[in-house]
Amino acid sequence: MAMLPLPLPPGLRRRLQEGPGPPPPPAPPPPPPPPPAPPFAFTPRRLRLGLHHPLLEDGDVHRHLYLQGVLTSLAEVAERPKVSEFSCHISGCCQVFDTLEGYEHHYNTLHRNVCSFCKRSFPSAHLLDVHILEWHDSLFQIMAEKQNMYKCLVEGCVEKFKSSKDRKDHLVTAHLYPADFRFDRPRKVKSGPCHVSSPAKDGASVPMDVSVEMSEPFQVDPMETGPSENVEIPHPPASPDPATPEKRFYKSRIPSTICFGQGAARGFKGPRKKV
Amino acid sequence: MWGRRGRWAGRGGAEELRARRREREAALRRARRQEQLVSKRLLREDSAAEERGRDGAEIVPDPLSEDEVLELLRGVQRGSEDRKRSLSRLRHALQNKDTQQKFVRLVGSIRTLVGLFTSSLADVQMEAARCLHELSHSSDPAVAEACLPVTSYLLTYLSGHSVEFTELCLYTLGNLVVESEAVRKQLLPQGIIPVLASCIQSPHEAVLEGLGYVLSQLLQAKEAPTEIVPLVLDSVLPQHMLRLVCSGLKAGTGAAVEFAWCLHYIVCSHIADAALLSLGTLPALTTLLLDLASEIPLDAPEGLELLVCPVLRCLSNLLAGDTGCQGQIRDERLLVALFLILQSFLQQHPFIVQEGLWLLNNLTDEPFFCSALLALDLLPALLQLLPCSPMAAELVLTVLCNIAEKGPALCRQLHQALPLLLPALALPDPQAVGQGLELLHLLFLHCPEVAADFIRQGGQQALEQHQSSPVLQERARALLDMARQPPGASATGPGHSTVSAFP
Repeated sequence: MAMLPLPLPPGLRRRLQEGPGPPPPPAPPPPPPPPPAPPFAFTPRRLRLGLHHPLLEDGDVHRHLYLQGVLTSLAEVAERPKVSEFSCHISGCCQVFDTLEGYEHHYNTLHRNVCSFCKRSFPSAHLLDVHILEWHDSLFQIMAEKQNMYKCLVEGCVEKFKSSKDRKDHLVTAHLYPADFRFDRPRKVKSGPCHVSSPAKDGASVPMDVSVEMSEPFQVDPMETGPSENVEIPHPPASPDPATPEKRFYKSRIPSTICFGQGAARGFKGPRKKV
Repeated sequence: MWGRRGRWAGRGGAEELRARRREREAALRRARRQEQLVSKRLLREDSAAEERGRDGAEIVPDPLSEDEVLELLRGVQRGSEDRKRSLSRLRHALQNKDTQQKFVRLVGSIRTLVGLFTSSLADVQMEAARCLHELSHSSDPAVAEACLPVTSYLLTYLSGHSVEFTELCLYTLGNLVVESEAVRKQLLPQGIIPVLASCIQSPHEAVLEGLGYVLSQLLQAKEAPTEIVPLVLDSVLPQHMLRLVCSGLKAGTGAAVEFAWCLHYIVCSHIADAALLSLGTLPALTTLLLDLASEIPLDAPEGLELLVCPVLRCLSNLLAGDTGCQGQIRDERLLVALFLILQSFLQQHPFIVQEGLWLLNNLTDEPFFCSALLALDLLPALLQLLPCSPMAAELVLTVLCNIAEKGPALCRQLHQALPLLLPALALPDPQAVGQGLELLHLLFLHCPEVAADFIRQGGQQALEQHQSSPVLQERARALLDMARQPPGASATGPGHSTVSAFP
């Protein structure tokens, strides 16, 4: 049903531009009115409506449809501009992009929070700071012998611990973090039970009823110092580079200055060693 | 979201589309009544390559067999050049609900996804994130719970700098949050609130909108008043939310919408009134409505109603609280703004009418706003809202009662409205009619001459039709008694019966 426009007096919008009216003179509170005589019961009442009140139903349904993407929205669909191909400008990195977002994401993932000592990259400045402190600061190591220096990684938590392991236990018990949280690896390398040779199975077919849980093929390497020889899971280059067709398969130690389309700065999680 | 996603154009007949839409809305209302309305957001590349069905909806891929899903999983576990392509295939397949369930049941599937999600290869990471996002859209809580291992990483990446990736993580989180209490129970100790509080200082609109979405889902949880709202109030979130809502007309309207709904949910928790008032919420939201009303064209652009609605609700609920804040907004321009807004949304979004009238009811509790409404000559517009809906009618009559209750001076000004009130007595809704009778009682009480006019205009017949209604008969009879007393005679109230000229 088409609604007629409301019969509003002219000049209303102009009234908005003016300032608020003079404040009403402070009047003495009026005497409370007598209660209504039955059968009448009306008294003015401010309504406080809860989340699920029927009056709010139509608005809530409308909100729901908006979230589900059914309603039209204000702006046009923004075109994601495609630019001509360009490559990452970090020396040694030859990743190529054709969108700014792709480049931005690559840069943030691999180059932005990079440890200048060991070239590992981190998802955030915070984690990078923690890493530098705990791995590359000898003063930290000295102080850690005397006091609790290992800070909890969770924002807002002020707890500190005397060892990396204690901190991990805290992360797991108090903050419900996974025990194998990838951004909290211990500094010392131990070839632990997780050294599964699963990468060798990459590419081979695996029976469906494997009872042992397939361990992550992207096991984060426990901290190793020095350039790693790992490479394993060949990473698809952003654009095929005909000059180095053999980059997909390699086993030997590769100096980190040669890039294979994944950035010279190795990710914090280096690829697993192929056996 | 605003401006990022395409809208499908209906290709079926317009009438068929409308009918289907009505059906769907009726189903949604039913769900809402049962408190089962779960809303989720889905970010999908809106490419022309996506197939569209006859009615314009996206075609969801068919479910796959267990073997096929396993094959997809193996494909992404293999370290081949094709990994990204395999991930794309997986992502596409995961648009199907069945496939989602099968996938999470496979041993190692989530572990694999987590591994890819935490990869240092940006495009692999992105594609894995999209797979997780599809999973988050499932309406099976078991699928959401299968994603529990991912949450700590989703939070970690929120402090990253890639706008698109962060946005995706936020919407994934928001979807998981609304689906599963187990996910919420894990996210709180994992520190989601402090992370969001840092995130809200981002300058990127897309990130802010996603952030607002996550918060809005968290704040709707049933345990929110005890578990979540206190944490939010303890953080810097509320002041930033208010700031972003109030700047939403100039920029970042999408984010403003999300945070406005967040504020609404916070207000509904009943524990936040003092905190919000001390932040200046009442004057800030009032100013927002004034700004909106002064710029809004007669035909409001689509989407603004999603901002207006929660703002109206916040104001109404805060005014109705126990904080004694009612005197804070004695600005008659608020009435002007309210009516301009109602006028703009009346046609396209009639639900705004009842929400606006609710605010008007709470405002006209004060004599100030009663006088202002009449002085600004808004009475005709108010009466025009009577036929909008039963709820609107009841609220309009309630507002009129608020005004009439303030005494003879205002009652006299309502006298002119009498001809428009008579049809209200014939409305089908007894609640509305009941308020109409209450209004007449107040008018007769304060202005006996109204009664005489009422009879002259055929009011007696209008009252007599309710004599057999259990809800209305007592009041209708009492009014008939009052009306039959000669004008000028002392209104002794309906308790005393009078000799009537009419049998």
